[in-house]
Amino acid sequence: MVEAIKSGWITFKSIFIGMGVTIRHFFGPSVTLQYPDERPVIPDKARTKLYVNIDDCIGCHLCARACPVNCIYIDTVPATSDVDLGKTSTGNPKRFWLTRFDIDMAKCMYCDLCVHPCPTNCIYMVPDYEYSEFDRTNLIYHFSNLEPAMVAEVKEKAEKEAAEKQKQREEMMRKKAEEAKKKQMEAKKPPQQNTDGETGTKSDKSDNGDS
Amino acid sequence: MTQNLLHINPIAILVHAAIPLVIILVYALVAIWAERKVAGFIQDRLGPMRVGGWHGWAQSIADLLKLIQKEDIIPNDASRFLFKFAPFMMFAASYAAFAVIPFSSSYIGSNINIGVFYLLAVTSVLTLSIIMAGWASNNKWSLLGGMRSAAQMVSYEVPTIATVLTVIVVTGSLNLMTVTEMQSGNDILGFLPNWFIFQNPFLLVAFVIFFISILAESHRVPFDLPESESELVAGYQTEYSGMRWAMFMLAEYADMLLLSLLGATLFFGGWNSPFGDFMSGPFWSFFWFMLKGLLLVFVMMWIRWTLPRYRVDQLMHICWSILIPLSFINLVLVALWEVIF
Repeated sequence: MVEAIKSGWITFKSIFIGMGVTIRHFFGPSVTLQYPDERPVIPDKARTKLYVNIDDCIGCHLCARACPVNCIYIDTVPATSDVDLGKTSTGNPKRFWLTRFDIDMAKCMYCDLCVHPCPTNCIYMVPDYEYSEFDRTNLIYHFSNLEPAMVAEVKEKAEKEAAEKQKQREEMMRKKAEEAKKKQMEAKKPPQQNTDGETGTKSDKSDNGDS
Repeated sequence: MTQNLLHINPIAILVHAAIPLVIILVYALVAIWAERKVAGFIQDRLGPMRVGGWHGWAQSIADLLKLIQKEDIIPNDASRFLFKFAPFMMFAASYAAFAVIPFSSSYIGSNINIGVFYLLAVTSVLTLSIIMAGWASNNKWSLLGGMRSAAQMVSYEVPTIATVLTVIVVTGSLNLMTVTEMQSGNDILGFLPNWFIFQNPFLLVAFVIFFISILAESHRVPFDLPESESELVAGYQTEYSGMRWAMFMLAEYADMLLLSLLGATLFFGGWNSPFGDFMSGPFWSFFWFMLKGLLLVFVMMWIRWTLPRYRVDQLMHICWSILIPLSFINLVLVALWEVIF
């Protein structure tokens, strides 16, 4: 009997303690954030969405190399000598056309590793976390601001210049080789001077072999 | 109100009978919304916030519109007539019981002399309709759920009736209007209202037993195992959808209100104002009565988010070996008190 009353007392006591706890929460503040109307304050270093300030990019590929999941794709074309791409806001000279700078946010694992190697601080996280897409390909963000026509033109120019440089280099190489041959010849046969044509053809052949 | 009904205008009868219906429907809309708000606040959430503007007040109206549009699915092998009929019978039973509830000092559906008896008799039809729904669904889980809840309701009817009886011993009348009128005035200790809960310490015990058993009768936590939403499918409601399911829901909420109002009438002075003659009159008495009933409903919701659920054996143990003996001992003690004082 005494036991029964005791256990009954304990039961009611615990029920009332529990009800006290719940009523305190009933009148207490709610922790709900009404999401579309209110938004949380995102911490400064939150890893959310990558952004590239393409004007500051010097095309060094450091971020792409740092990426553990290879979600950054960069293609560069060297700038020709007739254009000056200017300098970044940090003072680094820009020497490449960025024909492609894509980040696949579907692959990105938000590790922040690409942000720190950047010499010009042009790749960083922006506090935007609402970028769901219906198609996965829409999650590939294109940061390069060159139009396709421009890309083609730049590429053509660069190729031409590269070819020209190559030619110049070949020319120089040939001249050097010629001069070297001449010197050799002169060293070997200082008195003879009548076999100019023959040595020319010979040097041509050796040049071809080199290149 | 006991005139021959044949002499009364039929429209007047309809209006007279529709008043409890309007009260039930409005209450159900408010209570379903309030239940979700209470749940939210207790769990440090906000509950529904978007529909209708201020704190999502139109949420249950939106739910109702959705339920009306839903397909009325009847399983192939179900017993069609009983399946269709059960929800309406359940609601009819709880609605009919409102006839003897004195909503205000000047309104009672039917002022009959066997009010409490009628109420208890009519609410036992609820058990029948639950078994009907469970059996007609032709689904073993529905049948099991129906059997469980029928067993629960039948068991808990005993302590409910025993505690109601303790009040009847004091009043000597089964008419709820008379029971309420006996509780007017503020004479206890000079200021307390003459409510039965203050009149006699054994009636306080009776109220505790009564409250526990109405929790079980209206399938509220901690006795909600017939439809325990986190474990079972939905008990006897499993196969129901759309408006038929909504009828079950409505009947359940109506039952909850009915039993709370019965508790308010028997123990908390019904429509009597707690301040004596201050704020009394037909309208204020309705206000006080609903306030008392809704407070009890609120306590039911509060308990729902506080206590865990009992097992079936614990449920039966509480009923048969604790509540029933206690309520009968209490009945004898109240009777002795009435003889002595």
